[in-house]
Amino acid sequence: MDCSLLRSLINRYCAGEENWVDSRTIYIGHREPPSGADVYIPQRYPDNRIVSSKYTFWNFVPKNMFEQFRRIANFYFLIIFLVQLIIDTPTSPVTSGLPLFFVITVTAVKQGYEDWLRHKADNALNQCPVHIIQHGKVVRKQSRKLQVGDIVLVKEDETFPCDLIFLSSSREDGTCFVTTASLDGESSHKTYYAVQDTKAFHTEQEVDMINATIECEQPQSDLYKFVGRINIHQDRDEPIARPLGSENLLLRGATLKNTEHIFAVVIYTGMETKMALNYQSKSQKRSAVEKSMNTYLIVYLCILISKAVINTVMKYVWQSDPNRDEPFYNHKTDSERQRNMILKVITDFLAFMVLFNYIIPVSMYVTVEMQKFLGSYFITWDDDMFDSELGEGALVNTSDLNEELGQIEYVFTDKTGTLTENNMEFIECCVDGHIYVPDAICNGQILTGTVGMDMIDCSPGAGGKEQEELFFRALCLCHTVQVKEEESVDGIKKGLHPCGKSSSVYISSSPDEVALVEGMKRLGFTYLRLKDNHMEILNRDDDIERFELMEVLSFDSVRRRMSVIVKSSTGEYYLFCKGADSSIFPRVIIGKVDQVRARVEHNAVEGLRTLCVAYKTLAQDEYESVCKQINTAKLALQDRDKKLAEAFDVIERDLILLGATAVEDRLQDKAADTIESLQKAGMKVWVLTGDKMETAAATCYACRLFHRNTQILELTTKRTEEQSLHDVLFDLSKTVLRHCGSLTRDTLSGLSHDVPDYGLIIDGATLSSVMKPTEEGSSGNYKEIFLEICRNCSAVLCCRMAPLQKAQIVKMIKTSKEHPITLAIGDGANDVSMILEAHVGIGIMGKEGRQAARNSDYAIPKFKHLKKMLLVHGHYYYIRISELVQYFFYKNVCFIFPQFLYQFFCGFSQQPLYDAAYLTLYNISFTSLPILLYSLIEQHVNMDILKRDPSLYRDIAKNSLLRWRIFIYWTFLGLFDAVVFFFGAYFLFDNTTFTSNGQLMTANTNMMFGNWTFGTLVFTVLVFTVTLKLALDTQYWTWINHFVIWGSLLFYVVFSLLWGGIIWYVTFLTWVILLAALMTASGSFIMWFCSSYQAILSLCSFSQKEEIVRQTTAFIKCYILK
Amino acid sequence: MSNRKGPPGSQPFMKRPDNTAFKQQKLPAWTPTLKAETVLPFFFLSGVACITIGVLLIITAAGVQEMKVDYTEERDCADCYSLRLDRAKSTSDCACTVSFSLSEAFKGDVFMYYGLTNFYQNQRHYMVSRDDAQLVGRQYNLKNPSITCVPFDKYKNGTPIAPCGAIANSIFNDTLQLFYHSDKNTETPVPLLKTDITWFTDRTVKFQNPSPKDNLTAAFSGTARPFYWRKPVYQLSVEENNNGFVNEDLIVWMRQAAFPSFKKLYGRLNRTQEFNDGLPAGNYSVKISYNYPVGKFKGRKSVILSTVSWLGGQNNFLGIAYSTSGAITLVVAIILTVVHLKFRKKPLGLEEE
Repeated sequence: MDCSLLRSLINRYCAGEENWVDSRTIYIGHREPPSGADVYIPQRYPDNRIVSSKYTFWNFVPKNMFEQFRRIANFYFLIIFLVQLIIDTPTSPVTSGLPLFFVITVTAVKQGYEDWLRHKADNALNQCPVHIIQHGKVVRKQSRKLQVGDIVLVKEDETFPCDLIFLSSSREDGTCFVTTASLDGESSHKTYYAVQDTKAFHTEQEVDMINATIECEQPQSDLYKFVGRINIHQDRDEPIARPLGSENLLLRGATLKNTEHIFAVVIYTGMETKMALNYQSKSQKRSAVEKSMNTYLIVYLCILISKAVINTVMKYVWQSDPNRDEPFYNHKTDSERQRNMILKVITDFLAFMVLFNYIIPVSMYVTVEMQKFLGSYFITWDDDMFDSELGEGALVNTSDLNEELGQIEYVFTDKTGTLTENNMEFIECCVDGHIYVPDAICNGQILTGTVGMDMIDCSPGAGGKEQEELFFRALCLCHTVQVKEEESVDGIKKGLHPCGKSSSVYISSSPDEVALVEGMKRLGFTYLRLKDNHMEILNRDDDIERFELMEVLSFDSVRRRMSVIVKSSTGEYYLFCKGADSSIFPRVIIGKVDQVRARVEHNAVEGLRTLCVAYKTLAQDEYESVCKQINTAKLALQDRDKKLAEAFDVIERDLILLGATAVEDRLQDKAADTIESLQKAGMKVWVLTGDKMETAAATCYACRLFHRNTQILELTTKRTEEQSLHDVLFDLSKTVLRHCGSLTRDTLSGLSHDVPDYGLIIDGATLSSVMKPTEEGSSGNYKEIFLEICRNCSAVLCCRMAPLQKAQIVKMIKTSKEHPITLAIGDGANDVSMILEAHVGIGIMGKEGRQAARNSDYAIPKFKHLKKMLLVHGHYYYIRISELVQYFFYKNVCFIFPQFLYQFFCGFSQQPLYDAAYLTLYNISFTSLPILLYSLIEQHVNMDILKRDPSLYRDIAKNSLLRWRIFIYWTFLGLFDAVVFFFGAYFLFDNTTFTSNGQLMTANTNMMFGNWTFGTLVFTVLVFTVTLKLALDTQYWTWINHFVIWGSLLFYVVFSLLWGGIIWYVTFLTWVILLAALMTASGSFIMWFCSSYQAILSLCSFSQKEEIVRQTTAFIKCYILK
Repeated sequence: MSNRKGPPGSQPFMKRPDNTAFKQQKLPAWTPTLKAETVLPFFFLSGVACITIGVLLIITAAGVQEMKVDYTEERDCADCYSLRLDRAKSTSDCACTVSFSLSEAFKGDVFMYYGLTNFYQNQRHYMVSRDDAQLVGRQYNLKNPSITCVPFDKYKNGTPIAPCGAIANSIFNDTLQLFYHSDKNTETPVPLLKTDITWFTDRTVKFQNPSPKDNLTAAFSGTARPFYWRKPVYQLSVEENNNGFVNEDLIVWMRQAAFPSFKKLYGRLNRTQEFNDGLPAGNYSVKISYNYPVGKFKGRKSVILSTVSWLGGQNNFLGIAYSTSGAITLVVAIILTVVHLKFRKKPLGLEEE
């Protein structure tokens, strides 16, 4: 009882607080409103200091150390190091301390340097002067001292110091141009609007007189969303309230362009600016390789511990004989004798751990990280992925996922702008059933003036003419296109060209609109400009018509339509509405709906994007009520979007249908080829789009996602209306499974191409009902059945998708029981959610802005580049990193296992086999460079072959090179090699009088070899074998490989000579045994050759298909060449 | 519409990546493709080469002669063995003789070794129980042995031990004298050289006497011999230049063996007079001053005579290893050839490159 009471109290308190922080009130110029206004709630805001740096001078060392030792590998080595410091261990703390120190220092220096740069940048930002208005005068201040409520003056080409509400501009119309290149990479100029009621204040004094309060939401990280309200107090009247939106908000980081100066008021400062809120990094994605690497590490940790345990136990068994424990020649000190037994056991165990700790290579992490970081440069350098039109190549935002590119099983792609150009071309329009096609373009020059009309149907009558012109006007008016004159600086003066021949460019966030307006231009109606809230149109008779723009009911993806309300020069009010057919037809009351609908459907099947246009006239009083509705909605601080949508819904009713348009969105270059390659590579391609089914399906056919013989399964609202979802699902699964059941044997080999494959089409509404949990709890079933169907379909098309649904689908596939690796590719803001959700997110640097590219892991200019990205780069990176990981474990097994064996010969006294220098430098210098280089430039198969034969990609699917079988093979190879090294040297040593070649030496002597010599011998063979093993695996010998491999061997020899003073004939002798060891090691190589060869042959005799031959090529390449 | 793209010349080409072979991953490279035609000859060649080397090695090793005599409990040495079990009598002398015969003459250089088994010179705490700084003759370290030498660093009264540590303390102190019996009555001592039996770097760099080098008694004054030694370090040998830290027996002992069974060089044959060609066949005896106790740790002691070849001592391992791997390679090569010839027509389709 008490608990619930307490909880409700807390809830109430928290809710209250939430309300309180939900919005903030800002007094412009710190001027308190006239009494009687809202209760003044003092709010504290941070200053305008930007802190992007992580460390300060004082906390750098402890904080950085803490950060670094949070990584499990570093922590492990720290523990080892501490153990070495504390107890009596075989190796000096230097051997593990030095590498650790090296790694930590390099990382710390790198991070410190980066942080120092950040400090510098922060300081430059925080101290840069800004102009603020105080008591009617311009005062210079440091940026960091800005406070919420200050009025600032920003001049041309200056960067906004914080988030501002735009009050007034030097431009007459109260606009300013801004580039947000540093925020989201879009370099185009964007127009922002001053608050209507303050745009007349042009001087400092006037601005300082503004008496207004701003209410707005608390800072949010979404760059494109803002709601607020400004209350302007004039004299003693009721304040005038105006809505504020993102078009009034100037963001920190953006730059003012083409505008002399502006006045604006500070609303968000410092770390609360949208830019700062966007600093927060995305959650880290981890690749499958990294996961298997961690699993292997655990295995090795177990091996390490068991080794230490075995040796500890053996030691005490061996020592039970007192003469062994303490022979006459080796007395213990008194303190050793008196030590506690348990303590002794623990010390011994730890000492063994220290001795064998090198089996977990600290350098592996460093090498893997370097490989990823350096390797990603090859993606950015790739000339094939450079788009000269865009002037940009591929971008790598995270290098952690390079190898994941070679593991993709599902590709989720957006349609518009990804598969298609998003470069719209107006094809035709249909007015009342009459079809108009504008003239073809001649050499890219549009022949304006001439009426490029071609009436396919009959010519319209007089009434038709009126309808037709109204339709054209509607399209000229109903949009949000901006006109950019070529020389925008003095464009205002030059703007008044006699006709539309000026080289003006239409700019809009939606390419469809541009295409429509340009299409209208070709049909004789040219949209000139928006001036003083009047839209100007040049009609066919070269007359300028002016319409006053009253209201824009902007587009959103839920309504799927937009409207404008204009007032003609004769004083009539029109509402023009255009939108998707599904959202227009239900709202139409008059018009030739059937004819238009037939045409729209015809066009949709052709793969054209269709829009319907409708209108209605409004009387004066109707308009005023509309206006009121909209304004109330706009002023709402909470649920503004919802309220606006409601208002729009009421307004956009009882329309008269005018006609429809068709716009073509051409497929991107080589999109079909890319999709086909991806499918051949074993990836399942899903298209997720917001478009309607017919259009999307047409695109899918065009880009060969669906073939002619693809059997299409539909899971759409149309079908679920007829049957229940349950039945439809079961029907489909039956069809799919029946066929697949009989074919599994063929499909298993992955070769059958003649099998009729399935394509699934599902729409958003059906999908949500599939995903929606039902009362019976059978939702899991539906999902399972749906997944089962999808698994058996080669291609899936999801249309009418909301952005969030895209992410849901990706998540559903990602978490299905096979846990496939997914890739999402898209270009627009609506793809961001799925890009973030998928294992690998790829952004296309498209026309719809840079949001997708910014949030992605990799960004490419065009869809076609995905082919090289996955088939070539992904394949290479995967091969490289898997070899890197396996080889690292292998070489450390080779390295440490002889030490383990040696314990059996030295009385389990933890005597290291190798010299301390060798222990330390083995992973750091003797064997590090060749594998790093290998993992950077190895190409096991030629690039062109990989591109030509996508099925090679299947060979590495499902993390195949890091499977247990291969891991165990490498580990056993390592053990085998270690045994050869150790016992080879042992037999050479123990059994015989191994003496030197008297002739070669100055004195005719023969020396004894001590244990260090023995260790050096083993170590030399080890270094040579391990390096040559890599040489054997290298398929791509450039001069760099030669240089590094032979160079590192030479370095080892030179170092040994200098370090040990080991006379060179020792090295000569090691050559002899080295050869022996290699011969034995090559035995395993022979066995591999043999077994794989026979596997191929058995396959060949089984079936004679050509496909199998191709498969075996890959098989040979992957295994034999190893 | 085309004007939206802008003329190509106006685009910034600064961002275009360099079209170098390295950056495009198109460096000229040798890509060895392993085909049956290239691999099989290699297998055959390497197999034959290995066998050839192996046979050569076996022949060479067979030319090396070796004689090993275990004298731990041999004949009268058995008494000494039991005497040494008693620690109290460790200082009492004990001598014994073992004899053997060489059926063939040992031609060329002959070396004499002593062998020990079950002696863990590679025990970790034993390994570190030495002071290298002291052994190069530094004055300070001579008087202040390293902590690693504990408990063999100082006497109870504080006199430092030179050389300190467990290794030096436990030096092998049997003396071996080899005699040749050309007939039953004559007993010719075989001349042995006790110098040049160490690594050059050891005796010139790693081991140095403290100054004054011409007066070792003075140089080592203030230090004491190790516990188990009878004589101080500067009286180890009768030879003038073979005393102090540079005594070659000491240096040999100080180079720790890698395994518990080991042999160390004792001396080399001085090829003069009748031993000009090496050791002639016949009867030999070794007179041993039996001091070193091995009974406690069940060790064995032996004396070994051996000649050397260009390869070293008697060692069949390398030869066997080479011949075995050569044989395996050949067998595999033959199997592969058979498989290849039998199924050749099918994989031919693979060679599409």
